Amino acid sequence: MEQTLADRTAASASQPARLTEIRIHGRGGQGNIVAAYVLAQAAFEQGRFAQAFPSFGPERRGAPVSSYVRLANRAIQRHCQVLSPDFLIIQSQGLLHVAGLTAGLKPDGGILINSARELPELEAEAADSLEGRNVIVFGADALATEILGKPLPNTALLAAFLALTGLLPLDALEKALARRFKDETLERNLALVRAAASEVPAGLWRVAAHA
Amino acid sequence: MLEAVEGSAAIAKAVALCRPQVISAYPITPQTHIVENLASLVADGQLRAEMVSVESEFSAASVVLGAAASGSRAYTASSAQGILLMTEVLYNIAGLRIPLVLTCANRAISAPVSAWNDQQDSMSVRDAGWIQLYCASNQEAVDTTIQAFRIAERTELPVMVCVDGYILTHTLEPIDIPAQGQVDAFLPPYRFSRALDPVRPISIGNLVTPEYYAEARYAHHHALLRAKDEIEAADRDWAKISGRRSGGLLSVEGRDDARIGILTIGSVIGTLADAREEYPDRPAKLLKLRSMRPFPVDAIRQACRGLSDLIVLERALSMGSGGIIGTEVRGALFGEPNPPRVHNFAAGLGGRDMPLEIYPRLLKAAEAPTPTRFEIMDVEMEKLPETER
Repeated sequence: MEQTLADRTAASASQPARLTEIRIHGRGGQGNIVAAYVLAQAAFEQGRFAQAFPSFGPERRGAPVSSYVRLANRAIQRHCQVLSPDFLIIQSQGLLHVAGLTAGLKPDGGILINSARELPELEAEAADSLEGRNVIVFGADALATEILGKPLPNTALLAAFLALTGLLPLDALEKALARRFKDETLERNLALVRAAASEVPAGLWRVAAHA
Repeated sequence: MLEAVEGSAAIAKAVALCRPQVISAYPITPQTHIVENLASLVADGQLRAEMVSVESEFSAASVVLGAAASGSRAYTASSAQGILLMTEVLYNIAGLRIPLVLTCANRAISAPVSAWNDQQDSMSVRDAGWIQLYCASNQEAVDTTIQAFRIAERTELPVMVCVDGYILTHTLEPIDIPAQGQVDAFLPPYRFSRALDPVRPISIGNLVTPEYYAEARYAHHHALLRAKDEIEAADRDWAKISGRRSGGLLSVEGRDDARIGILTIGSVIGTLADAREEYPDRPAKLLKLRSMRPFPVDAIRQACRGLSDLIVLERALSMGSGGIIGTEVRGALFGEPNPPRVHNFAAGLGGRDMPLEIYPRLLKAAEAPTPTRFEIMDVEMEKLPETER
């Protein structure tokens, strides 16, 4: 018998509610929405509840945009904006110049930044202070260029994020990618997942993620 | 099958499961993904339907009118200015009593231009003679779409399925997508009793003199009132097949001893339900209005019995008057012994977020010594010139 939404909801009803909210920042065209959808799909594949949505409104290539993910062990009924995320994933280092980038981030929340540069340099340029924040800098563009042939950082960032937080096993991400891609594109993305996950300290953000 | 899917894609799948024969639409955000998904299903050969590209929403509505009038199951979708441009045809579809289904991906109306959500578009055509059902979640959007075709075809009235744009249409979440066999068991093939047929020619939509116009309006009005039974029956019968209810005309949920109720419409109900869990010392009943037309007067009266205060929260307004739903709720309660005090607010206009904190704020507002006749929440007066405050 196939599982229905009601089955999954009933099975989770006795668990204490745990909700993790993630905001993904990027530029239009960088696959921000895809990243959010893939992360939510991965949670779904793992038997969890998830929601993903873009920042609403007109879409413009190159403009700063954000997307949002909610991961939960119980059914998510709310349809409001994510105002105080647990984590930020910054797909483009240039966005650090945007004031308010870290607005609402929980005090113990983590920031994963895609950049080939060193953290002190980025800190000096960032409009919002990164001091005292849990920041991990990871050169996703270079790795993506090497494996995908294109500087598309989203898959690598998701893999690194899951390795850092332990929120979901990497094979959940791989299943989600398999729903969206096939053949060589899928193979390359799966290779990128494995390579990216080993680039960051596994489990470093496990406590903040309550994973 | 349970899938993690974007709301628009799920709605498109639901439409396809209903085996429409003619689809016509003109793209406008946030409706676009629904029609794109349907176009892909047709292009990939997964849906056998005539997909008619047109140059405007006026034409899209005209195409589906003609298609349904000549015996084809027809579907269209739009938003905001698109709904407004369709308006003349919407009245014709309803006045001709043509069964078809339209999804309104709710969006604010210009001017000023807003690409964001509220419900001013569908509320502006609430008197066009359509059945209007509002969805609280993407699951309800799927189930209501399927129910809508049966309701339309049994009542010979058009059904507008209203889904909060972006908030639902652009959100990916777990949604049960029914199997084709389930939908086929629920929805028989379309047979229109008055289908245009050259073998037995008839005229529809003719000039009606003052001797007959009031009778036509009476008949249409009462057809809408009678549609309440079909709306409830469709929800009941679909639940027998799917295991899911979407809430009939109006659904009430909460503790029996709650004395305060919040009546609202669309996707904010889920936010309020989550908020209620965060504020367990303030249990309010949640009244989810699903059918705006026909307006469920009796169900509202019954749901309000025992309430001291009812907060009506809506996502549109009648400028120069106030709340639309609030005013109608007060009308419904007229003559009731001991009706609740009705506090009426509009919020979420033009995409303004309605966070969890709206729940305690609404409950606080209901403590006012005099009920709020109507107010737009969260207006920041300092943004307005002095003369507009």
